[in-house]
Amino acid sequence: MTIIHEPLLIADGITAGYLPGVNILDGCTLELYPGEFVGIIGPNGAGKSTLLKALFGLVNVREGVVRLRGESITNLAAHALVEKGVGFVPQTENIFPSLTIRENLEMGIYLDSDKFGERFDEVCDLFPLLGQRASQRAGGLSGGERQMVAMGRALMMKPSVLLLDEPSAGLSPALQDETFIRCREINATGVSIVMVEQNARRCLQICHRGYVLDQGRNAYTGTGLELLHDPKVIELYLGTLAQG
Amino acid sequence: MDVMQIIGTGLTAALGPVGAFYALAAMGLNIHYGYTGLLNFGQVAFMMVGGYGMAISVAIFELPFLVGVLIGLAAAAVLALILGIPTLRLRADYLAITTIAAGEILRLLINSSPATQFTGGPFGLPSQVSDNRRFTTTFLEWNPIPAGDYGFSTIKFNATSLWLLVVLWLLVALTAWAIHAIMRSPWGRVIKSIREDEDAARSLGKNVFVYKMQSLVMGGLLGGLAGIGMSLTLSNANPVNFLPQVTFFAFTIMILGGAATVTGPVAGSIAFWFLVAGLDQAIRDAGMLPSGTEGAFRLAFVGLGLMLLIVFRPQGILGNKQELMLNG
Amino acid sequence: MAETSRSPGAPALTGLDAVPGVAKPDPILIADGVVRRFGGLTAVDVDHLEVPRGCITSLIGPNGAGKTTFFNLMTGFDTPTAGSWQFDGHDLHGVAAYKVARFGMVRTFQLTKALMRMSVLENMKLAAVDQPGERLATSLVSSLWRKRDDEVEQAAKELLHRFRLDHMADEFAGTLSGGQRKLLEMARSLMVKPTMVMLDEPMAGVNPALTESLLQHVKDLPGLGMTVLFVEHDMDVVMDISDWIIVMAQGEIIAEGPPASIASNRAVIDAYLGAHHEDKSVFDEGPAKIAIPGGAEASDWAAARAREERDQ
Repeated sequence: MTIIHEPLLIADGITAGYLPGVNILDGCTLELYPGEFVGIIGPNGAGKSTLLKALFGLVNVREGVVRLRGESITNLAAHALVEKGVGFVPQTENIFPSLTIRENLEMGIYLDSDKFGERFDEVCDLFPLLGQRASQRAGGLSGGERQMVAMGRALMMKPSVLLLDEPSAGLSPALQDETFIRCREINATGVSIVMVEQNARRCLQICHRGYVLDQGRNAYTGTGLELLHDPKVIELYLGTLAQG
Repeated sequence: MDVMQIIGTGLTAALGPVGAFYALAAMGLNIHYGYTGLLNFGQVAFMMVGGYGMAISVAIFELPFLVGVLIGLAAAAVLALILGIPTLRLRADYLAITTIAAGEILRLLINSSPATQFTGGPFGLPSQVSDNRRFTTTFLEWNPIPAGDYGFSTIKFNATSLWLLVVLWLLVALTAWAIHAIMRSPWGRVIKSIREDEDAARSLGKNVFVYKMQSLVMGGLLGGLAGIGMSLTLSNANPVNFLPQVTFFAFTIMILGGAATVTGPVAGSIAFWFLVAGLDQAIRDAGMLPSGTEGAFRLAFVGLGLMLLIVFRPQGILGNKQELMLNG
Repeated sequence: MAETSRSPGAPALTGLDAVPGVAKPDPILIADGVVRRFGGLTAVDVDHLEVPRGCITSLIGPNGAGKTTFFNLMTGFDTPTAGSWQFDGHDLHGVAAYKVARFGMVRTFQLTKALMRMSVLENMKLAAVDQPGERLATSLVSSLWRKRDDEVEQAAKELLHRFRLDHMADEFAGTLSGGQRKLLEMARSLMVKPTMVMLDEPMAGVNPALTESLLQHVKDLPGLGMTVLFVEHDMDVVMDISDWIIVMAQGEIIAEGPPASIASNRAVIDAYLGAHHEDKSVFDEGPAKIAIPGGAEASDWAAARAREERDQ
């Protein structure tokens, strides 16, 4: 008997863009199954961030459908998606610099503020630094620390799906590795993740399945391991410098 | 309601001297804001010093008309320098605040009693006080058009208005050509880069302050010219003609026509005055409003129109929507 | 590194002590006692630094180490609390940013400054020097600047071709992706024909495969008479391309030397590179175990389906 599995989140044949008449994505598809870690890699201008934003209603989806648990969420407003259990961590400007760490996390659970205490403790278990420096102004933190605050905030709503836009951008190699290990830990707690990354090698090492985008379309799909060792993918996207 | 009359009134204003000198003012503002990104909220100040500079030189000091015009323009340039030197090295907001203040300070100064012997104070410099106080005389003497009424259907110009509009629209055409040529040149490229990102321009070796100053002076000169046109058209230099709303009409015109385009301000001025004057006429005909409130209603209408414009068609008539959406 | 460096200035570096502040035989940039404080925070505190001429030097260090602030100070985009520095013999203290650029020191920005509402080609042409058309007086008469403008356009198109951006020449720079804007910013800085080019994270956001061809361009620069100083996080890039490495942490220079000495410097590794850089096993473990019941089966099923489609 063939079992058809229902994806938790699916972007089906998406055509989307920012400016009128210009499409960045051209019939792109992505599936996320419960508990999975899915990575999106590809060259510049391929549409990776655009695809992620299409999942969160931040870009105009012109054709195709986005479905969460079978229900259409195409072009739904961001706050509605947060209520449905989808969290989004943008690449830049993802914290409130004039607020303290604690206040930033409070903003994350604004829609459900009674649960703040309990969630705050959970997030601080994952990121001890946030608990230790809770009353420090977020604007004074370094890049890696800000990433932690941004991710912590998205986790306050206990999302079932977490969308991450290049979490390692601008971080030193040590911090990048820490970030990726943390993402893997979050995934291990049952949060399904879709992550866009420029550090293709690390991304493919920690994801279950990956999508390689090129010029707005799906180029390659497979498990993280398969893509890491696929000669075509290596040649085109990973670069030989990345070997070993 | 006589529709032909409404259209006629609208077109008379739009194609007449008023449409023309507002086009000049909006073109100056376009150089400041549309091309360079300078927030000048005091275009009316440049118009004021231009108009009064000319009027005072001719009416009070009895200088020849053209000398008066040059003085008016020089005054506008000097104002640009005075406002620009302290503010152009600072953030854009400082220029905005300073220019709004400048407009009001100048207007109040001109209105004040100590200044009245030069400026005519709240009564302005009307041209009919006595022969040697008319600043329009020479200009009218040069009018080659024989007396009478011109136009067709409900659009009417007398010989003076026709002369005024011909001269002013010629100036508009000349200005449009010059702006087109300049903005296409490498100088124009630097100006646009300053609008986009000053620091990037600096990192490529461009002396940003000098370019901004040049832009401020150029746009200010056009404002001064517009002010001279306004004083000639109204035969009157009066503080009540230079309220802050003039700047905002100019902004509306610039946005309506399409900012950062050469002919945008022209199209915008024609469209704006057609609508505003036409609406004035319609309201008067319909007799719907209590008398004396037309001015207030006009302001409300322009305000509402500007809001709708920004929401539904921010690129105006001639602007490029794609380009607009790229603006942060 | 098996490959010998092409940089003309590299031979002068052999035999130098790998110590912070070491003097170089032919420095193009010398900084002395440069300090920048923001209230209570000391962002930069560089005792002595000499950047060698005709070489590729990279400046590495953790986030918040002061690298970008240092760039800003050297190029006139920020004013130091104290200190002095010379570039190519010119004393640059108090010199405005645009003048620094004209002296030949050009920098790029960490957050790209592509001029969004101008085309890619216009972005490039803007950067060229000696353009008579940029003066207001000459701008009205196009015959006075047309010839030079055509030359500039030619040079711009050639550079765009090298950076593989020529197909976007007439598009607004605002429509480029983040990585493409990085490329544009680097190409644009080269139009200025600088003596020294300071690149702030030029590879960030650029696809790994394209990074390689970009590296080649950067490697060629010293041969063309330019000195390169760049901030970068990608250690593969840094190790491959640098003649000399300077390490900053908390505003100070904690180490400098040839790549080999830096890679084995324990302090640098701990602070910056991270232990996992050598010990890959943490990532070789692969992804986490799927915690949602039924998720693992679904994931395998989807992967198998993809394999089938690929094989067809």
